[in-house]
Amino acid sequence: MPELVRVRADMPPGHVRTPAYLRGKCGLIERTLGPFYNPEQLAYGVKADALPLHRVRFTMAEVWGDQAEIPTDTIEAEIYAHWLEPA
Amino acid sequence: MTDMTAPFDGRRWHDMGGDIAGPIPDASHDFALWEKRVDALMIICSSKGHFTVDGLRRVLEDMPPSSFEEMSYYERWIASITQNLIEDGVFTTSELGQRITDVKQRGTTYGEAADA
Repeated sequence: MPELVRVRADMPPGHVRTPAYLRGKCGLIERTLGPFYNPEQLAYGVKADALPLHRVRFTMAEVWGDQAEIPTDTIEAEIYAHWLEPA
Repeated sequence: MTDMTAPFDGRRWHDMGGDIAGPIPDASHDFALWEKRVDALMIICSSKGHFTVDGLRRVLEDMPPSSFEEMSYYERWIASITQNLIEDGVFTTSELGQRITDVKQRGTTYGEAADA
């Protein structure tokens, strides 16, 4: 059973790898990659944590609401673990 | 384009996913010698451990939106590489400034500007 997760809705300044249009949206973990060093730390030249990178599948309906052209189409994005919480 | 009249929601200007993009330009072009050198410099900086592509991206994203109108792709890259090298202590702004002045005095062509 794929795990349902929600992308944190945070809007921090600085170098961030989670697209704003997916923040606050729910999706299913399609697979887990990594661990990879956190690019949000690497960008500042500080010691970086190795994190799982999750490929999350979202429906267009979830992402764009009523504006979705084909609501059942899906989009997948790879999102680092610290951006995800149980939905 | 970002709607500058909307209340600021924290989304940064370069985070354009979902914006209306218009037609995709499909014209290709060759790269100038200096552009190829900038690309090679990024690979050298990364392989020597000075900074990573993440640092490159950070500085590009910290540029004002106007830089994407006023500077070419590799002009933005060399500005970012330069800032990352200064931050890593490879050279100081003073050393860089003196070197640019010295090289400019050699001449304006690749041949004239090259190290003797």
